Amino acid sequence: MLVEALALSAVLFSIGVIGVLTRRNAIIIFMCVELMLNAVNLSFVALSKLYGAAGQVFVVFTMTVAAAEAAVGLAIIIAIFRHVKTVNLQNINLLKG
Amino acid sequence: MNPALIPEGAHPLAATVARFVWLLPLLPLLGFLINGTLAMLGAAKVGPADPSADHGHGHGDAHAQDDAHGHGVNGHGAHDDHHPPPRHKFAGIVSLIGPGVLLAAFGLAVACFLAMRGVEMEHPYVVTLFQWMPVGDLHLDASLLLDPLSMTMVLVVTGVGMLIHVFSVGYMQDDPGYPRYFAYLNLFVFFMLTLVLGASYPLLFVGWEGVGLCSYLLIGFWFSEKANADAGKKAFIVNRIGDFGFLVAMFLMFANLGTLDIGRVAAKAAELPFGGVVITAMALFLFLGCTGKSAQIPLHVWLPDAMAGPTPVSALIHAATMVTAGVYLVARASGIFSMAPVAQLTVASVGALTALVAATIGLKQWDIKKVLAYSTVSQLGYMFVGVGVGAYTAGIFHLVTHAFFKALLFLGSGSVIFAMHAAYHHTHNHDDAQDMRNMGGLKQYMPITFYLMWIATLAIAGIPLFSGFFSKDEILASVFARVSHSTLAESSLLGIPGSTVLLIVYGIGLAVALLTAIYMTRMMLYTFHGPNRTGEGERPHLTEAPWVMTGPLVVLGVLAAIGGWINVPELLGAIGPVGGLEHFLEPVVGQASLRTTLGAPPHVAHQTELLLVGAAIAIAITGIAIAVWRLKPAALVPKKEAPASTGISRVLENKYFVDEGYDAAFVQPTVSVSRAVLWKGFDAGIIDGLFVNGSALLARAFGWLGSQLQTGQVGTYAWVLLIGVITLLGAFTLR
Amino acid sequence: MQANQFHSLAYSFSFYLFGLIALASAIAFVTRKSPVAAAMWLVNVMFALAGLYLMLDAQFMATMQVLVYTGAIMVVFLFVIMLLNLGHPSDLADARGKWPTILALFVGLALLSEVMALNRGNTIERLVPPDLAAKAAAAAAAPIAGGIIGPVAAPLFKEYLLAFELTSVLLLTAIVGAVVLGRRRTDAR
Repeated sequence: MLVEALALSAVLFSIGVIGVLTRRNAIIIFMCVELMLNAVNLSFVALSKLYGAAGQVFVVFTMTVAAAEAAVGLAIIIAIFRHVKTVNLQNINLLKG
Repeated sequence: MNPALIPEGAHPLAATVARFVWLLPLLPLLGFLINGTLAMLGAAKVGPADPSADHGHGHGDAHAQDDAHGHGVNGHGAHDDHHPPPRHKFAGIVSLIGPGVLLAAFGLAVACFLAMRGVEMEHPYVVTLFQWMPVGDLHLDASLLLDPLSMTMVLVVTGVGMLIHVFSVGYMQDDPGYPRYFAYLNLFVFFMLTLVLGASYPLLFVGWEGVGLCSYLLIGFWFSEKANADAGKKAFIVNRIGDFGFLVAMFLMFANLGTLDIGRVAAKAAELPFGGVVITAMALFLFLGCTGKSAQIPLHVWLPDAMAGPTPVSALIHAATMVTAGVYLVARASGIFSMAPVAQLTVASVGALTALVAATIGLKQWDIKKVLAYSTVSQLGYMFVGVGVGAYTAGIFHLVTHAFFKALLFLGSGSVIFAMHAAYHHTHNHDDAQDMRNMGGLKQYMPITFYLMWIATLAIAGIPLFSGFFSKDEILASVFARVSHSTLAESSLLGIPGSTVLLIVYGIGLAVALLTAIYMTRMMLYTFHGPNRTGEGERPHLTEAPWVMTGPLVVLGVLAAIGGWINVPELLGAIGPVGGLEHFLEPVVGQASLRTTLGAPPHVAHQTELLLVGAAIAIAITGIAIAVWRLKPAALVPKKEAPASTGISRVLENKYFVDEGYDAAFVQPTVSVSRAVLWKGFDAGIIDGLFVNGSALLARAFGWLGSQLQTGQVGTYAWVLLIGVITLLGAFTLR
Repeated sequence: MQANQFHSLAYSFSFYLFGLIALASAIAFVTRKSPVAAAMWLVNVMFALAGLYLMLDAQFMATMQVLVYTGAIMVVFLFVIMLLNLGHPSDLADARGKWPTILALFVGLALLSEVMALNRGNTIERLVPPDLAAKAAAAAAAPIAGGIIGPVAAPLFKEYLLAFELTSVLLLTAIVGAVVLGRRRTDAR
């Protein structure tokens, strides 16, 4: 089942990438990133079956980072939304130097 | 005989003190490191720890000190107050370490010499320190070579070097760069010992370049004056031309002989065709290196300018040791030179020509150090005549005696300049302390220096029993002996038969002997005899130098007088070992000497030899007599009142306008080409325009491009990122 | 023997089922216009992944997946979506044009194929050195001491203790950051 799990992980990751590239809604892009993180988690878990439980420890870390990221990222999105009244990334170019 | 194949451990010297031969260069290096560190530590703050200590003395007391020590020397008149300039705060320890390491090295050298006397020196003693450059077919070790030849040089370098170090303690005592001076001087001795002890040509070259560097540093020691810095640069650049020749010679050796080890090169060179193109080119390129280092025509122009350095430096580097490195190299490469008679004739002819030209210039110089400088060039020419005709012992012998009497002459002139400078300093006079027209009658003020310098003058003039007589006579006799029955006589140079060339060289040698006697006597007359022209105010302040300076002079005076007795001819067998140095050097240069003289020792009939010696003595006495008879010191006027010279003396005073000629032929074209092509065209156009401004423009263009990418659109960034990731992964995939 | 074979078949079936659910839900997730619908499909993906974790003997991870991802993170996402009230048609029409979409599809497929190409020939034997495989097999055969949490907790609190402690700092920083960013600025105007 390992190879199948890894293949699924790669497919899910690619779907996440496609989502990031095609969508303009900041929140949905964020969710696509979460999907990519989940895809990586899946390969960690699958490989931990072979290499021992350390892989699952990394999943714990990933989840922690994802949680922190979600909290901060969504806070940023809210702050931006307050500022420009949209979450459409095409209308946001605050990063332009 | 292949010395390089002898296993090291088998050498009888390995059991003696000579196994510490590596300490010889190491000691001065240690001195350099310590003194150099002190120089850098003291560079920030020069002066006594407690400046108020100076003011404790009364004014008169300060005067007295000024009298006793004088201060500084030619070229730096930074302190014009009445107080003695402060000594460097590390002066005490530097005065111990600088000469101390030399004393230790000299002691070790003497011990090695005694050990060498006790064993059979059939083969040179080679000590391999470490592997240096194992590259392909080239295996170079850092090896030291101890044989009678290098032993002789080591004794001269450390012995004379030590005396000059001691002299410098007095001469440089008030110089603000005191530790720096001794650091350079120690470094010089280190490189000089590397040069003479190096067992391979590249190691020898390291020393060769190192002494060149130290020479540059010491000529420009008072670099704050442009003339001194320029003189250093001139010496350095002219030497580079010679070094090019040395390098080419080494390339030729490696290409044709496959080795650079001195012993192996000599062995392999003997297998090349005698007098062939390769061996002749090798010898001539080596000699080009020698002309640079030893100031022979056409590269002689740097040595007189090198007198811009402190006088002890002139004595050590530009008279006794470094400039004789070329002579040493020819003797060291005797295996190559003896295979190429054309190159040998070239060496002898160039040496003779240089001797003549320099001697004539020396006749008309007014600067006491310039006289000695041209005398040095002339005597170096003599040495090259000796080694050129295959009389390596005679050349080295003259090198040794010359080191004694010329070091004495330079140090004596240093003593004179020291006194003159102190006197001028005292009265705030800015006259030239080195010009003989400002001296005169100094014998009553500095009697020790006076007598010692006369000893040296008699030695260089070739008065019997003084050291120079023996060595100069041996060179002349060697030239004469090879006019017939030698490889030189049988070959030819530029279509002139070798025997004719040798006869001309011999004639020039006699003429130079005459000129030498004349110009040296002239120098002595103008400096020490006749009325004093220094000036009323300065006269009471002319005094003998302190003992730390006259002490080394006395030792050198003894050596200059009797130093020639180490190798006396049969005629005078009563006073010393007959051919002592010759027997000592025989294992090193004997074979090459015999090759030149077709296997038989050079032989001159007894009556002929007596005649030759008689002629040489007569010439020396004639020269002195002519000088005393023709020159009238009383008629001289001080420099500032002297009229400009005309005619032939003007040509001689200006050194045949060689410098001006070089300036017009090489320097000015180089400058204008540099200005037009290299500066305006290449530097300003291509480097500045294309590379500097061009790269800036390129960076700006890319920056503009990059700024256009900075849209602030996160989506675009994601795209760019992804394309990067895909490219990278693609590279991995396609790997 | 029969039962074992059936067990294996059922296991494979469930594995592929969960995989398909995850795949289909993910595709549905990226194609939904409404953020709420997309979020719900993502929750579905995460549930399916939790099932897969379970089947890969990572029971603790499966639990954490449901609790942390679906229960906490995705709920926060939904909160934010509703808080911002992103029901407006202009916000919904957020997909880029036709060509960018096709290009993105192409890029995604390129990425996928590259990953697959990098993985080609990576069998279990190549991924796991023989000695490690033997050790893993022995560990799998042995009864798990200290339950299913132990194997995860042991490295977490031993080898990776420092990293674990640092994640707490990270979380604290994130909380502070979120509070600061989310605070309505009263002093700005």
